[in-house]
Amino acid sequence: MAQPVQSPSVPVSRAPSKRARGEGNVGDAVFRWLTAAFAATVVVTLLAMAAEMVGASWLSIREFGAEFIVSRDWNPVTEEFGALPFIYGTVVSSLLALAISVPISFGVAIFLSEMAPDWLRNPLGFLVELLAAVPSVVYGLWGIFALAPWMRDTVEPALREHLGFLPFFQGPNQGYGMLTGGVVLAIMITPTISSVSREVLRVVPRTFREAALGLGATRWETIATAVIPVARSGLVGAVILGLGRALGETMAITMLIGNRPEIDVSLFAPAYTMASVIANEFTEATEDLYLAALAEIGLLLFLVTVLLNVLARLLVWRVQAQGGAAT
Amino acid sequence: MIARRAFVLIAMCSVLAFGCSRKDAGADVAGAAVSLNGAGATFPYPLYSKWMAAYNQLHPEIRINYQSIGSGGGIRQVIAGTVDFGASDTALTESERKKSAAPLHHIPTTIGAVVVAYNLEGVQELRLSGDLLADIFLGKITKWSDPRIAAQNEGAPLPDRTIAVVHRSDGSGTSAIFTEYLGRVSPEWERSVGVGKSVRWPAGLGAKGNEGVTGQIKTTPGAIGYTELAYARQNGLSVAALRNRAGEFVVPELSAISKAAENAELSEDLHGSLTDADGSGVYPIAAYTYLLVHGDARDPVKGEALAKFLWWAIHDGQRFAAELDYAPLPAKVVTRIEERLRSLKAAGKPLLSEL
Repeated sequence: MAQPVQSPSVPVSRAPSKRARGEGNVGDAVFRWLTAAFAATVVVTLLAMAAEMVGASWLSIREFGAEFIVSRDWNPVTEEFGALPFIYGTVVSSLLALAISVPISFGVAIFLSEMAPDWLRNPLGFLVELLAAVPSVVYGLWGIFALAPWMRDTVEPALREHLGFLPFFQGPNQGYGMLTGGVVLAIMITPTISSVSREVLRVVPRTFREAALGLGATRWETIATAVIPVARSGLVGAVILGLGRALGETMAITMLIGNRPEIDVSLFAPAYTMASVIANEFTEATEDLYLAALAEIGLLLFLVTVLLNVLARLLVWRVQAQGGAAT
Repeated sequence: MIARRAFVLIAMCSVLAFGCSRKDAGADVAGAAVSLNGAGATFPYPLYSKWMAAYNQLHPEIRINYQSIGSGGGIRQVIAGTVDFGASDTALTESERKKSAAPLHHIPTTIGAVVVAYNLEGVQELRLSGDLLADIFLGKITKWSDPRIAAQNEGAPLPDRTIAVVHRSDGSGTSAIFTEYLGRVSPEWERSVGVGKSVRWPAGLGAKGNEGVTGQIKTTPGAIGYTELAYARQNGLSVAALRNRAGEFVVPELSAISKAAENAELSEDLHGSLTDADGSGVYPIAAYTYLLVHGDARDPVKGEALAKFLWWAIHDGQRFAAELDYAPLPAKVVTRIEERLRSLKAAGKPLLSEL
């Protein structure tokens, strides 16, 4: 796609000798096939994984059928398996994480790209990205020893006092549950969303801002009317990347969500995610049907993740195309 | 140019690879080094790694590698034949036994205990009977001030707090032993929950691993949970005294754990349950941990090395147990294992003829 655009601009004044050109063509051909082969490995790996997951979960698919997705029962002793509480836990904890993280991340991104003085921009951006490098088990341990007690003694009682009329903030609170899991996920996806958003905002051409300012817009109006609308689909892409990370996160959330396969509307109640149940139970599962049920949960998680990543890619491509067209 | 460079690179790689593989082959023939691979339970891993290091010092030609991937993985791998021995905290089930082409034998190696740990300020001693413990884990008793708890703990300053039950969320032998005990002492537990490495817990929070359970108990006032003895000791958790069949409240001491094995029955295939065992002074939640070995080894050299290591482990190796919070095997059990080790064969020949 890019080649036909670039080739006319290649300077033709220093025409290479035939021999040199011939060698270059062989090299190009080899290079093209090599890169194509690498690209193919990605596709083949993806398909092989999907096929392998379907194969591994076949026993469970045949035994439970669609019932697997809607059943709430998960009992390894009696070998009754249903994935609904795990799907619910994964989706709700991830959405909760987004609800907390998106406003913060956008704030960070706007500050870094629009407001921050130059001397602060790079160190702060670096610190935000550093958060992404902390291993998730560290977040989990910090969660057990710091976050969960704080949630239990301070945040959750305050929520109950002020918003206790909502069903989300009722029932016993122990510090471990959906809310704490969502908070730790939010902390973990904030660097992803804010750094991608910052890049997206930086792609917005300077002329847009200057035009808005020239028309007498305030800083806020410039950002709200000239910058964000242009960057919108890219920002959505950033959010979806963060969502992808939240969906797949395993260690930290396993340590904080309480690991109870039940669906409770209260955010104080313990819950369970798809990634957590696989990490928890796979090593000690020996019965065939049990293993197949765990594999099918993996398959469901795989499908959700692939779908979201495809969506994110499409959105990122779109914003790149727009940014390119504008410059 | 590029093509030529790539060719040189490939040529170098293949020379290197060829050289390496030849060297490896040479080493194998020259030294009669034996390398044994095992995989399985995480619970006895500290003891096994100590044993393997100590045994390697005595017999430098024998290297034993052990991967603590969990009992389930150990069972799967030894059945598939990808390791020389497996390790499990629970005896093989009937269906696992059927999956194995060659018969597998259980070799008890040590005895571990599961302790009930709690977090109650000012309560130095907590005494619990089995049925009470089961009702707490069933979610039927929800307050520390419940009269049934108070009746067994006269004078203890029990607070009016909600009991925060903590259990393992990951499948584990520890949970299997604990639920087996609860099933023994409470018919309702047996009926409504059952026994297993992962069960549907009727109450409480799930925490990952012994370290997760320990962390949650430490940071949650009013928590109660179960961990391996070593974890509770090393982290300074308060542990409850449990009532045994003889009606005594017993704290988890190594001698009380070994006593469980002295009185308990051991099956023909050397596995047995030690939970809620008979006898005075017995701690009620204990269990053997096993190595799983082939009765008829495919490789006589490896088979012999493994049999000799096991012989050493059940005799000299036992002295390493106590310092790592495992209870040594009683003499009666060691005698039974000796018989079994003498019966191990490779291609029909006994492996331990000289012992």
